[in-house]
Amino acid sequence: MRYGRAPEVLRDIDLTLKPGSFHFLTGPSGAGKSSLLKLIYLAHGPSRGLIRLFGQDISTVARRDVPDLRRRIGVVFQEFRLLDHLSALDNVALPLRIAGRRAQEYRDDVAELLAWVGLGERLEALPSTLSGGEKQRLAIARAVVNRPDVLLADEPTGNVDREMGLRILRLFQELNRLGTTVLIATHDRELVQRAGQPVLRLDGGRLSPPLRPGPPVGQASGPRAEAEAAPELALDPPPPVPPPGPGEAAA
Amino acid sequence: MTGLPAQAPARRWRPGPLLPVGEGRDRALSFVIAVLCALACLTAILALAADRAASGWRTQISASATVLVRPGRGQTSSEAAAAAAEALAGVPGVTEARALDRADALRLLTPWLGGGVLPDDAPIPMLVAVDLDPRRPATSAALRAALANAGVQAVLDDHSRWLGDVERAALIARSAALGAGALVALAAGAAVAFATRAGLTSRRDVIEVLHLSGARDGFISGLFERRFAWLAARSGAYGALAAILLAGALKAFGGQDGFTPLLPLQWSDLLAAAPCPLAAAGVAVVSARRAALRVLRAPSQA
Ligand SMILES: Nc1ncnc2c1ncn2[C@@H]1O[C@H](COP(=O)(O)OP(=O)(O)OP(=O)(O)O)[C@@H](O)[C@H]1O
Ligand SMILES: [Mg+2]
Repeated sequence: MRYGRAPEVLRDIDLTLKPGSFHFLTGPSGAGKSSLLKLIYLAHGPSRGLIRLFGQDISTVARRDVPDLRRRIGVVFQEFRLLDHLSALDNVALPLRIAGRRAQEYRDDVAELLAWVGLGERLEALPSTLSGGEKQRLAIARAVVNRPDVLLADEPTGNVDREMGLRILRLFQELNRLGTTVLIATHDRELVQRAGQPVLRLDGGRLSPPLRPGPPVGQASGPRAEAEAAPELALDPPPPVPPPGPGEAAA
Repeated sequence: MTGLPAQAPARRWRPGPLLPVGEGRDRALSFVIAVLCALACLTAILALAADRAASGWRTQISASATVLVRPGRGQTSSEAAAAAAEALAGVPGVTEARALDRADALRLLTPWLGGGVLPDDAPIPMLVAVDLDPRRPATSAALRAALANAGVQAVLDDHSRWLGDVERAALIARSAALGAGALVALAAGAAVAFATRAGLTSRRDVIEVLHLSGARDGFISGLFERRFAWLAARSGAYGALAAILLAGALKAFGGQDGFTPLLPLQWSDLLAAAPCPLAAAGVAVVSARRAALRVLRAPSQA
């Protein structure tokens, strides 16, 4: 892909994410990680090449069907993109409102999710009054609230401390266990190490095939092992996120 | 998880508006729409009064005719006029036929002759004023036949010329009112469309997040439709109220006959302003939708 008339940012990318898979995406700053995610969440079209999403070639998807695809994708934007005129609660509830859910139905679930990411006391806070890490957690909560089939997270732990980073990882792993395909763009080595999931590396516009990081000493890979692997973290179980809309996972 | 705050107000809790409120812009738009609505309502009210005036004139005109009598040989003009009046009075559909006396005739002729220079015995044409039954007025043909039968040389003016003029004036007044209403609707629609486009571009960030979260164009345009429908309905109510107050003042303080005999306002005419809020909301919905969908479907949008 390319932006305007600039040279191509991404070239010859051949990537297939199997439904239910969990990948990290790393690479130097400016390598095109965010750009690759944009291609997947349909914010930018490819200058050439083919993108298939949920089994459909996106160049053949009618414009009016795009929203249905997007509702199956949760995105944590690198720059959060919170709506600054809405409360934390309303920000997180946004995908549910758009999907036509009624406020009285979703409010408690959303409040619970916010509490789980440590914002239980800030339900009515405006994003401008939140710290960088709090905004990030808000953005994450919004991305997962609809229990998407695919979760794309762009530097989701860049602004939070180690403990909260692991807690967020735990949330992603729980979603993954429930069937969500996860792709996380990150520079956070520890996160990658901890998760022990395959890593895609993007450099010079090209993608290297997935590598499994060597598991850290005494740690098994795989999301289920995570709770044992980090016994010092007393994590609550992830909240019962609202049931997904119709449609089965297939990326 | 326990200890969640704000469990109690959960019932009353309402989510915030997805569109940020554009304070200054919305107020300016409200004002413009209120003024436009006031103008439209005032036009409608005055048009009703004008229509009533026109139909009043129409009945007055079609309920009367004038006959100009030329004295025959061996007849004074007064005798000729009396004969004509008698003949006309017998026609069905005539309520009264009255020969105007010399003073009346002179007064009517003054505009053409100039004031008071005629010698007393100068021959002047005599006029017969005919009042017709407004419900079933005698036809011009019947009047002419009666005059011919009586052997009176006369020219009948059934005022149809004036009738045509009044009809034309009424038509013009009605079309002008409709045209003004249409222009006002267009202007209000353009203002709403402008505000919609401004809202879409000034908060492109919000719109993009909505799109990326799976919002359809119709969902986003619906946000604008609802906002501007409310705004227009409220402004429409204010505008209608202003027009009613203004027209009411005209009626109350505008003289005996309601404003003037020219525009006989009635209190019920003020009801013409009642549909204004609904009409304004309708115009707002249509123009917001058109403008929003046009912008959203433009190829540059994400
Ligand atoms: N909207 C844009 N318009 C033009 N060029 C862009 C735009 N967004 C990104 N780029 C360029 O594309 C390249 C890849 O950017 P991208 O944001 O995908 O990198 P990244 O891998 O996410 O970097 P980082 O780790 O710093 O977030 C960069 O050279 C950047 O300058
Ligand atoms: Mg990036």
